[in-house]
Amino acid sequence: MDLRLIQNATPSAAERQALDELLGPPESAWRGGARRRPGLDSHTSHGGHALRRERDKLLPALHAIRDATGYISPGGLNYVCQRLDVPPADAYGVATFYALFSLEEQPPVVAHVCDDIACRMNGGLALCQQFEERLGPEGSGDGKMTWHRSPCLGLCDRAPAVMIQHAGTDLRDEALAPTTIDDVLGAMAGENVAVPRFAGDGDGSPWAPQTLEPDDDLYLLRRVGRVDPENLDSYRATGGYDALRRAFDIGPEAVIREINDSKLVGRGGAAFPSGRKIGDVARAPARPHYIICNADESEPGTFKDRVLMEGDPFALIESMTIAAYAAGCEQGYIYVRGEYPLARSRMQGAIDAARRRGFLGENIMGEGYSFDIEIRRGAGAYICGEETSLFNSLEGFRGEPRAKPPYPTQVGLFGKPTIVNNVETLMNLPRIVLEGGPAFASIGTENSTGTKLFCLSGSIQRPGIYEFPFGVTLREVLDAAGGVPEGRELRAVLLGGAASSFVTPDELDMELTFEGTRAAGAALGSAVIMPFDDTVDMTDIILRIAAFFRDESCGQCVPCRVGTVRQQEALHRLVEGKTIGTVEDELRLIDEVAQVMKDASICGLGHTAPIAVQSAIQKLHLFNGRSATT
Amino acid sequence: MTVGSTVHKLTLYTNRTVTLSVDGQDVSVPEGANIIDAIEKVGIDTPTLCYGETLKPVNACRVCVVEVEGSRTLVPACAAKAEEGMVIKTDTERVRHSRKLVMELLASSVDLSYAEERVQGYVGDYDANPERFGPPAPQNGHSRDEAHTGHHHPTEVGYAATVQQPPKIDNDLYVRDYSKCILCYKCVQGCGTDHQNTFAIGVAGRGFDARIATEFSNPLPDSACVYCGNCIAVCPTGALMFKSEWDMREAGTWDESEQTQTSTICPYCGVGCTLDLHVQDNRIVKVTSPMDHDVTVGNLCVKGRFGWQFVQNFDEETPNGSEEAGAAS
Repeated sequence: MDLRLIQNATPSAAERQALDELLGPPESAWRGGARRRPGLDSHTSHGGHALRRERDKLLPALHAIRDATGYISPGGLNYVCQRLDVPPADAYGVATFYALFSLEEQPPVVAHVCDDIACRMNGGLALCQQFEERLGPEGSGDGKMTWHRSPCLGLCDRAPAVMIQHAGTDLRDEALAPTTIDDVLGAMAGENVAVPRFAGDGDGSPWAPQTLEPDDDLYLLRRVGRVDPENLDSYRATGGYDALRRAFDIGPEAVIREINDSKLVGRGGAAFPSGRKIGDVARAPARPHYIICNADESEPGTFKDRVLMEGDPFALIESMTIAAYAAGCEQGYIYVRGEYPLARSRMQGAIDAARRRGFLGENIMGEGYSFDIEIRRGAGAYICGEETSLFNSLEGFRGEPRAKPPYPTQVGLFGKPTIVNNVETLMNLPRIVLEGGPAFASIGTENSTGTKLFCLSGSIQRPGIYEFPFGVTLREVLDAAGGVPEGRELRAVLLGGAASSFVTPDELDMELTFEGTRAAGAALGSAVIMPFDDTVDMTDIILRIAAFFRDESCGQCVPCRVGTVRQQEALHRLVEGKTIGTVEDELRLIDEVAQVMKDASICGLGHTAPIAVQSAIQKLHLFNGRSATT
Repeated sequence: MTVGSTVHKLTLYTNRTVTLSVDGQDVSVPEGANIIDAIEKVGIDTPTLCYGETLKPVNACRVCVVEVEGSRTLVPACAAKAEEGMVIKTDTERVRHSRKLVMELLASSVDLSYAEERVQGYVGDYDANPERFGPPAPQNGHSRDEAHTGHHHPTEVGYAATVQQPPKIDNDLYVRDYSKCILCYKCVQGCGTDHQNTFAIGVAGRGFDARIATEFSNPLPDSACVYCGNCIAVCPTGALMFKSEWDMREAGTWDESEQTQTSTICPYCGVGCTLDLHVQDNRIVKVTSPMDHDVTVGNLCVKGRFGWQFVQNFDEETPNGSEEAGAAS
């Protein structure tokens, strides 16, 4: 392509070096290299189709530039465009899609301070206040460091949470939780913060409280906090790779049969039958086949996939390999959200170790099957957890959802048949292969089989990830986590995440299954269970949820792009008592906007953006003369 | 409206047909046709904003949604394929509600005063009442071009946020007034993949702050723009406009009822593009090409689109009334 680059913008040495490390040295002057071969370079451009097929390196390339300096400069963007043959306006559109990329100069150290629902009721707001006092308003700073408020960082059980990005020579991201202003400022200034090696060790706050004692009933959590996540031998010594061995023994058709028999459904929120997905891709004639592990867990209140990746990374690799083998996939990707630095480095370490030992790559376990996994790092966009947005993001385009049909099992990543599964869903596969589908189906209830992870945070004594067979009631889970803090009264529970609904204390006997929650007019969603006690201002919580959807809408379709704004504005008017017309008029307006979002948005984000707001208004009787906080 | 001859569809059709029901009437369309084609065939108009006869559907505006039996959500008629046995309803309460709300959401956030007549008509057709979200919010001093993705400045309570911003006038040929932009993606497609392959503009930012922009919002003369004006040709709201038209509208002298259209062939090269010269007071005020023209598909190059000033240099000392050379010269 005849690129017109940004005038008078050259990459710095650091930016050039960062990108060359990712992509290799430029092959010619056309791609920004030295004019080595005057006779040839001036007449022959290389790249063309071959280069355009590398478009999916755009997001990693933008990360590389940001990592070098802390932001994406015009010169850096120019060099990315030159190397990958992408027009600057196009690359700019992609870069500005992500919250973790700044296109304006900013200091190399940035703190992202979570002020989302779980953190804001557990010290997050006070922390933001302290940042304002110490560093000034968001985005300001002393040239060395700055800070921004952030949506949920997936550390809800350890609120308040902060993620720090360091760019340049001291390149690393770190997440601190629970934390204080002094710890964060110290870490920003370069002090080393000890990262617990096991999910549960080090700081006395277990991420999966049930694992403190050996517990035979746990499956998904059985290694979390108990087995060294950075050691392949420890993994193998605890049953690791037995399931892949058996999968090779029984063959792909039998694996799919077992998954079908297990009645496993997706744990990401949509509850789609996993066996059907894998079977559809296995049968799809187009090649190659891809598998993507969706680890872009960004639903406020959700952190189960983070705990699994941090605590048992090899199990995810084995699980993906089983699914890939069953469906004949050549390549896999794990799309990890940018806010999960520890999960990312654990997964990368595990992939490297597995590859070294012949569990990934050519001829896995000597069985003649070849498959590899690459990690892709998100950059701050909730929408990229939507599977078709994830494809666009991974392919180097803006993370906007695509129209369905066609479905991913037919036309997915790079237009090829693709399995997309959530981390937790995949992690059930070893059990299904080893114990058999029918045995798995005997756990839980008739239509919700197996065990389920629940993310407990908010007003709760022992927050963390809990595992129960399907069929457990909401009350039982809350009791296991110690209930609301002493002396407080339970007011409401956010069940399933910000895209799901609130339930009230009189609904605690609800069975936590897909069918049970549906029958109660709720949804299991991403299995968030966030209780709120009587000290929490619920209007503040739903205003934050409304702001979240306004910030995270991709902006592609009108109902969601403008609807999320109008929803937030109406809530603000209600909270401040400045209604246009009566309160009833405003509530009707919220319902009408909700209807167009549910009916006419392109994707699930728009469909679910009004659900928590509407359920709070209806069930908690907000704005109806009765406030939830009194 | 004219959803008539549609160039991009030529490659899609096979000789097989599918039969479906639209508001109770059976209709057959070629396999591969979209629902909107079936609806048009039974003589029903479908409102469209982001749909362009010559562009791939992006189904972003959602004003064309219809009810399809068995579908949980409404379905965009412009992009969804017509399938055998589909039962489509175009005038249900749900459909009308969504169309009305889409127009309310747009009209309350975007200045539609220069939009095509049919677009303004939808507001009335669906009883949209954009005022009910409150008066337009006063400008808060934050430039939309510098919006920080994932963060927003809350709307002042009691007001409705809009995309109001100063027009971008950075060249002599056209004006970009994004206060009037509904983000239909048509200009991006016209500039990029679908027609011109220049990629001077793209969608930047996210959510309500999403916007059409060059890289770093640089002025157009610094961008890859080749001034073909093919973005103007597809813009439904007047956000992109000939400078000549913009100036006359600002001066209050633009009057389409006083204009004639003369078809001619572009004299510059051998391709032979058809030009429609829009003439008011014996001066060319704008040049278009027919969307259904086999050769141009509505597109032109900078010469055909803008290179007609010589025709009317009969009474002025300096062309364009300016000492400075035009951006394309």
